[in-house]
Amino acid sequence: MSIKIENLTYTYMKGTPFEKKALDNVSLKIEEGEFVALIGHTGSGKSTLIQHFNGLLKCDSGKIYIDGEDITIKKMNLNHIRKKVGLVFQYAEYQLFEETVEKDIAFGPRNLGLSDDEINDKVKKAMNIVGLEYEKFKDKSPFELSGGQKRRVAIAGVVAMGPKVLILDEPTAGLDPKGRDDILFQIRELHREFKLTIILVSHSMEDVAKVAGRIIVMDNGKFIIDGKPSQVFKEVDTLESVGLAVPQVTYLVKRLREKGFEISNEVFTIEQAKREILKNLSTKRKES
Amino acid sequence: MEKMIECKNVTFKYDNEEETEVKLALDFVTLDVKKGEFLVILGRNGSGKSTIAKHMNCLLIPTSGKVFVDNLDTSDEKNTWKIRNRAGMVFQNPDNQIVATIVEEDVAFGPENLGVDPLEIRKRVDECLKKVNMYSYKKHAPHLLSGGQKQRVAIAGVLAMKPACIIFDEATAMLDPSGRKEVMKTILDLNKNNNITIVLITHYMEEAVEADRIIVMDEGKVTLTGDPRTIFSNVDMMKKIGLDVPQMTELAYELKNSGLNIKSDILTINEMVDELCQLK
Repeated sequence: MSIKIENLTYTYMKGTPFEKKALDNVSLKIEEGEFVALIGHTGSGKSTLIQHFNGLLKCDSGKIYIDGEDITIKKMNLNHIRKKVGLVFQYAEYQLFEETVEKDIAFGPRNLGLSDDEINDKVKKAMNIVGLEYEKFKDKSPFELSGGQKRRVAIAGVVAMGPKVLILDEPTAGLDPKGRDDILFQIRELHREFKLTIILVSHSMEDVAKVAGRIIVMDNGKFIIDGKPSQVFKEVDTLESVGLAVPQVTYLVKRLREKGFEISNEVFTIEQAKREILKNLSTKRKES
Repeated sequence: MEKMIECKNVTFKYDNEEETEVKLALDFVTLDVKKGEFLVILGRNGSGKSTIAKHMNCLLIPTSGKVFVDNLDTSDEKNTWKIRNRAGMVFQNPDNQIVATIVEEDVAFGPENLGVDPLEIRKRVDECLKKVNMYSYKKHAPHLLSGGQKQRVAIAGVLAMKPACIIFDEATAMLDPSGRKEVMKTILDLNKNNNITIVLITHYMEEAVEADRIIVMDEGKVTLTGDPRTIFSNVDMMKKIGLDVPQMTELAYELKNSGLNIKSDILTINEMVDELCQLK
């Protein structure tokens, strides 16, 4: 299932002194099965964009095609779209409200009008997907769980709706390093094992470097860079000029190149940096 | 050195009627914060780090044990406001701690409640907004500012009460990289140039590198104490308790494990560049 947008424009508080163009004539195509990271500083338009993908916001002008269907037309059945495109908000655990984990996750499927058996099946699957053991967690109150677990319950609630595309807005914000890595790992599994198309909104370049196959950088309501991580992280100056950063190892490699190290400038994870540095130092030794 | 905050054998239990077996959120914690120090507390979610922070300005009172702020006992109600004058707190979510509709009014809120003279308030508000580099925004509405700007307004609001110590409870967690940089710069400036004691709780190891001293908490206990270099050289231990080390430290650790003769206590990019240039 693909997502295509054409010439999308959206303005907040139109006609007031606070008018702000949040999306400025943007076009984009995301293919089925992609893992896309959307990055940009606060206010760059990321959250506005993703809220268009399942019809939460209606654009001023432009077209949005989900699975080839134009969702900007009047009388569009948005429920049908929201089943296909799941959206996990920032700090999603604040939206948990039920007495038990099971009931909370079942809330979405229940509203789709499914039978009890189907609901139960979906809840079990969703919990399995996000790495929460069904028997152990189903009767717990979501409020007695840790931050990372709560967030997984929230993600499971969206996954239980059976979306083809999963959009996550800052899913690791505020989590400790272990919780962050666990969630990222689960998201990667959703992509690899369950073949979901993933759109990940993030501030963390280190996170994005670990998982995404494509990175789109937003600034001022526009897309300014779009490409593979190796291409995007080369643009250190552009990224910094829009308030972003590259992973620390990428800075390191830049500095080493300036010092005369013959090292690839396509390094953005610790693993790659290690390989490149070892290669570089061993060839040096052989020469001398 | 004189002590700013002293925690002695502090335990704390959260009230929970349903559960019979109550876990201690703080399990006999003893630590102190020296005057002028920049202390970072690290720990997983639920390790007790926010709980201990809330003890440092009377938001929580120990179930047993004692906390002293500037030698004042937090469990004595008469001291509550004196302590909050001395130890200010900045929280994670900027939107939860801004009360007024104009930036300068928000900064004035604290001193107004302390009954500070209006002329003095005016002076303090201007000074504090300049200190966090938000003076030009003094007539703005806070909700239209960026996250980093809002946090700096919140810091100015705390500064206006002239505290000796500020506790930052994951104050950079919700900010983007540039917002985090702004706030960290402000925090360092307050510590180095204004001699304000800083307690910073964070999940960002790169921020912790700046500290004079780091305390690591796990399951309600203090498990490690030391300067950043000492703490982060325990890569295995840090990973085991679900924490992380700065990327450069991890890289040095990986390189060393691959047989490279490299120092294992590297913290910053500069140090790594120097070290590798020597090996070249």
